[in-house]
Amino acid sequence: MSDAHTSRLRTPLISKFKAYKDITDEILNPIEGKPTSLWYAGFALSSTALLVGIITVAYQILTGIGTWGLNKTVGWGWDITNFVFWVGIGHAGTLISAILLLFRQKWRTSINRSAEAMTIFAVMCAGIFPVIHMGRPWLAHWVFPYPNVREIWVNFRSPLLWDVFAISTYFTVSAVFWYIGLIPDLASMRDRATGFKHKIYSFFSWGWNGSNRSWHRYEILCLILAGLAAPLVVSVHTIVSFDFATSVIPGWHTTIFPPYFVTGAVFSGFAMVLTLLIIARKVMNFENYITVGHIEAMCKVIILTGMIVGLAYSTEFFIAWYSGNPYEKYVFMNRALGPYSWAYWTMVSCNVISPHFLWFKKIRTNMALVFIISIIINIGMWFERFVIIVTSLHRDFLPSSWAMYSPTHIEILTFIGSFGLFFTCFLLFVRFLPAINVAEVKTVLKFARKNEVKEKL
Amino acid sequence: MSDLEKSLLFGVFHDEEQMMSATKEFKDRNIPIYDVYTPFPVHGLDDLMGIKRSRLPIVCFVAGGVGLIIAIYFQLWTSAHSWPLNVGGKPFNSFVAFIPVAFEITVLMGALTTVAAFFIACRYYPGKKTDQPHVRVTSDSFVIAIECGNAAINTHLVRNVFRKYGVKEISKRGVVQ
Repeated sequence: MSDAHTSRLRTPLISKFKAYKDITDEILNPIEGKPTSLWYAGFALSSTALLVGIITVAYQILTGIGTWGLNKTVGWGWDITNFVFWVGIGHAGTLISAILLLFRQKWRTSINRSAEAMTIFAVMCAGIFPVIHMGRPWLAHWVFPYPNVREIWVNFRSPLLWDVFAISTYFTVSAVFWYIGLIPDLASMRDRATGFKHKIYSFFSWGWNGSNRSWHRYEILCLILAGLAAPLVVSVHTIVSFDFATSVIPGWHTTIFPPYFVTGAVFSGFAMVLTLLIIARKVMNFENYITVGHIEAMCKVIILTGMIVGLAYSTEFFIAWYSGNPYEKYVFMNRALGPYSWAYWTMVSCNVISPHFLWFKKIRTNMALVFIISIIINIGMWFERFVIIVTSLHRDFLPSSWAMYSPTHIEILTFIGSFGLFFTCFLLFVRFLPAINVAEVKTVLKFARKNEVKEKL
Repeated sequence: MSDLEKSLLFGVFHDEEQMMSATKEFKDRNIPIYDVYTPFPVHGLDDLMGIKRSRLPIVCFVAGGVGLIIAIYFQLWTSAHSWPLNVGGKPFNSFVAFIPVAFEITVLMGALTTVAAFFIACRYYPGKKTDQPHVRVTSDSFVIAIECGNAAINTHLVRNVFRKYGVKEISKRGVVQ
């Protein structure tokens, strides 16, 4: 294959040369065997958090969202912060699988499967919050246009309705893209399994037979889905930013929001991919597949998006001053120096300063340090959404209605519960499905290995 | 052998370069290749086998276009015709505001229809029993299938080409067309 003739200056994408069968065995064996004690420990922890979340959500639905710390002035608090945070996390998955595929970035092959899974679980977590926020979640279907007995239609001019369409389309297309990618690997598992497992994998692999005619169509299908998903990624967070940007609230009503949100989403998403993969490669013994090179490549994306996010923060300040609008100026001065300045400066230190440590090769090749930085960025990006939402709302046009907001323990536990859902789903995923795309990884085995391949064969 | 059945000769290889060379020789000798089965997409094989470019992009374009038209029509119909509601004095026909939803429906229709078209074209359905020639084709084997029911094709020659390129296993099977 042409990969064998890649320049020697390139580093192989899989750190040890393996036969094709080794790849199938090493990636599928952990699923076929029993889980490790580390997996059990993680699952116990995350499912406990999930259980706490379920109980808390049940309580707030039964009691009403008066259990939250919201007031007349601050109508959006942790709920929408968490919603935007989780939607953002989801973006790296589609970015890795779609945009990097279109750009022919071969390093995506080892990480795309788990990143896509992460997207789906993150969007699920995101969806919970606006649904509870409705107050009467059993009427959530009212947001969809259908000929109902009330004889009215939904308001297509509202950004909140655009969100409904954007998030549901994003979830559907991501899930389909992920499943299509899984089919050849499910067929591999089918051919290794017996009995009940064989039946299950047979059902879900749709009779995949590895025919080149199928592969030909399959590759075109993947490219089409990538081509559709790439603008979808941009559109989803753009539309989420419209929830704010189309309002008249100072600090929200800005044209920079769509690109700023999209970049922020990629930034936070890559941080979460790093957090998960640094653990996964260690726990699942995938160090030869998810190499230090992969981690470094993701760190470079983080440096770039981190700088764009930093630029967006300063642009907001500049435009607030340059516009001459006193309300706009006040909001930004209040963000930096007001009662929530601690949140603002946490955001700035985590998102603007911390990624720059990754310029140093010694730091970005040190897994422990990269892990810590990825966590710091996750925290910073959560605070970004908190700062945007709460600092713009808590002091509105009327000083008489100014108020402070702090979350109740119900909101905190719901947020913990959403992490429980995310990690429980992710742990079940690595347990039952191949966390690395077996078929695609085989295509990069010979990348930059001309001499080595000759020796082996 | 009935008319509905044809006989296939399978050559199993463990290296894709050898498989590619054998395929090329079959092409040079004008022996039609029934199919090649591989554990991953091998680029260049499509040309050797003479596979025409898939029409899935056309399906996607048409489905996306239909989705776009439906989405725009539906929004105009509900917001400006069926039950126009005055929301904050916005015009009933707020065309620009209809773009985000129209875009999402275009993408959704395009994606789902193309996926359905892929499964139909490959004749795959949930629970279908696989007809792959070798169990290791989803792991590390590359299988060339040559149709040998035709009297013009010399089975002996096919076997020789397989052997020339280091075939690991040769098997024969009748398949229903």
